[in-house]
Amino acid sequence: MEVLKIATAGSVDDGKSTLIGRLLYDTKSLTTDKLEAIEKTSKQKGYDYLDFSLATDGLVAEREQGITIDVAHIYFATKTKSYIIADTPGHVEYTRNMVTGASTSQAAIILIDARKGVIEQTNRHFFINNLLRVKEVVVAINKMDLVDFSEEKYHTIKADFEQLMNKRDYEEQKITFIPVSALKGDNVVHQSKNTPWYNGETLLEHLEGLDMAAVSNVGTPRFPVQYVVRPKTEEFHDFRGFAGKVYGGELSVGDEVVALPSQTRSKIKDIYFYDKKHQTASRRSSVTITLEDEINVSRGDMLVKVDDLPTIEKQFTATISWMDSQRLAAGSKYVVQHGVNKVLAKVETIHHKINPDYSGVDRDTNDLGMNDIAQVTFKLNKPIFYDKFKEHRTNGSFILIDTQSNSTVGAGFIQ
Amino acid sequence: MKDTSHINPLENEAIYIFREVAAQFEKPVLLFSGGKDSITLVRLAQKAFWPAKIPFPLMHIDTGHNFPETIEFRDRLVEELGLELIVRKVQDSIDAGKVKEESGKYSSRNSLQTTTLLDAIEEFKFDACIGGARRDEEKARAKERIFSVRDDFGQWDERNQRPELFDMLNGQIELGQNVRVFPISNWTELDVWSYIEKEGIEIPSIYFAHKRKVFLRDGLIWSHSDYVFQEEDEEVLEKMVRFRTVGDMSCTAAVFSDAVDIKSVVQEIRDSTISERGARIDDKRSEAAMEKRKQQGYF
Repeated sequence: MEVLKIATAGSVDDGKSTLIGRLLYDTKSLTTDKLEAIEKTSKQKGYDYLDFSLATDGLVAEREQGITIDVAHIYFATKTKSYIIADTPGHVEYTRNMVTGASTSQAAIILIDARKGVIEQTNRHFFINNLLRVKEVVVAINKMDLVDFSEEKYHTIKADFEQLMNKRDYEEQKITFIPVSALKGDNVVHQSKNTPWYNGETLLEHLEGLDMAAVSNVGTPRFPVQYVVRPKTEEFHDFRGFAGKVYGGELSVGDEVVALPSQTRSKIKDIYFYDKKHQTASRRSSVTITLEDEINVSRGDMLVKVDDLPTIEKQFTATISWMDSQRLAAGSKYVVQHGVNKVLAKVETIHHKINPDYSGVDRDTNDLGMNDIAQVTFKLNKPIFYDKFKEHRTNGSFILIDTQSNSTVGAGFIQ
Repeated sequence: MKDTSHINPLENEAIYIFREVAAQFEKPVLLFSGGKDSITLVRLAQKAFWPAKIPFPLMHIDTGHNFPETIEFRDRLVEELGLELIVRKVQDSIDAGKVKEESGKYSSRNSLQTTTLLDAIEEFKFDACIGGARRDEEKARAKERIFSVRDDFGQWDERNQRPELFDMLNGQIELGQNVRVFPISNWTELDVWSYIEKEGIEIPSIYFAHKRKVFLRDGLIWSHSDYVFQEEDEEVLEKMVRFRTVGDMSCTAAVFSDAVDIKSVVQEIRDSTISERGARIDDKRSEAAMEKRKQQGYF
């Protein structure tokens, strides 16, 4: 079964929860008891329609205030794919949640209220999905029922959005426009009779048609070692297996590899998935690898092909997204978690803040606050083995951990 | 032909999470209820560490109101895999005066488990507790992290959760805190059942249709048992039923079913229109029942 992860972005009243609720309803993914609960609550509130947003707004505080405050995950499946939707809130103060949702997604849905068109928030939503290099973006122009399904309105909004696209950094990102009404169900799952001028796919048709290989991020194979398996039993007396997940590409038995940081060379002897040997470890498979030679490899080390080394450096510059109420200042120290590897890092220089609405940069910056995005150079106490984010989404990203609170306070994308 | 038996993304994600737990924590434990989700966790843990044994014990918080089939199954599994099993009993918490037994028609020991669980975490100094909760089960669970930090009192602060980016799991905690870990967060009920079928995993017999003495209340099918309060006018019937979820007898309702094997169970789930927790009496108490229990330190 293929699994497609989708991030959603929209402003407070753009009808994001309603759209997700509609997807669930029209794919018959809402179960009888959930549907009953929605009917009951909608009636209590005096609505003459079903309030699908109730299907996703989970926490009590959210129901009271009628807003979504955190990333919620929603699941549904069709015959061809399993879908995981990260429902992330759209207001400015929750940029961090949007970055988080987009980091694990291969596709994104950006909602626009057809009455309002492209607004400042839309710039931010697009900026973040472009920064995170989400491969597929669907721009759902919602509430078409409230603008009489106007073709002109749709084209104006599309043209405004295309203006934004000229400013983007990640140009290969594929963008699709769909006119919808989440509340009434037009072009979400079923083709709408109200938009005869639109010949494209419905939202679900589009998602169903996405080729999973094409939306995945492919690079060179990287194998960060998570855990060393040493059974120390009679049967497996000398077994030393390196457990981890393969990122970017495949590794095969017989491949010549080099272990980092020791730079020792060896060859892949066996690849195990559970108790079965495999010739090849596919991308994103959690395998255990044994080597021909006895070399010293531990957690945080990395196996790579000999002719395909990453950058090995004690310093890097990255675009970071700051996620904590405590400010980041030049000179302060954090733990950088790069995959499963942890090193101490010092903020060397904050170059500039990047306005996430394409309005330019702010060079007069000494520190960063929650939701700021900036270009920062870090110095490390030990070298890490990285690729540029644009070449390797996994090996080019990291998180920042506060040494006092242990919280995850930021995320970074190496340049 | 290319071998694709190892490319299930959900399975690979769960194995990755298990390995992160073993690497990042000193004293992890797998919370084992005997239900299908925790049985699935055990299989995934086996896969993560093979050919080594699972490097942490299992712990069962026992309400004393179990289905006997589950306990038999639990003991057999532990023995076959050579695992260590810790059992801590809600009855002991009651005897020690730490919690009070509920009374009345809807009484259950389900929510009493929280105290026993938190005491056990403190007793063994566990720093990571692995559980089989899934985000698709319930609205509050949909917001849960894979590594979910609990404070010294075992409590969940849903407004102050660590963001989880890419595959990176931050398990750094202070002494006294612990992390709840949910390796099958992203699985749905159907995913779990399909996996059990594909892997040929053995599960307790109560998951399959069988004849059982039951009674009907509030549109749910309750087990007729010493542990469940029953009104005189609630008539005992003998019906073909099975359980979709296995908790304490006092909080788990059955469904009418003819699905006697795994294949027909999977088919039934596929066709089903009642969500799994719809058969959990503990969630029906109020709209926000799960969220409240989670804040207090529930599984």
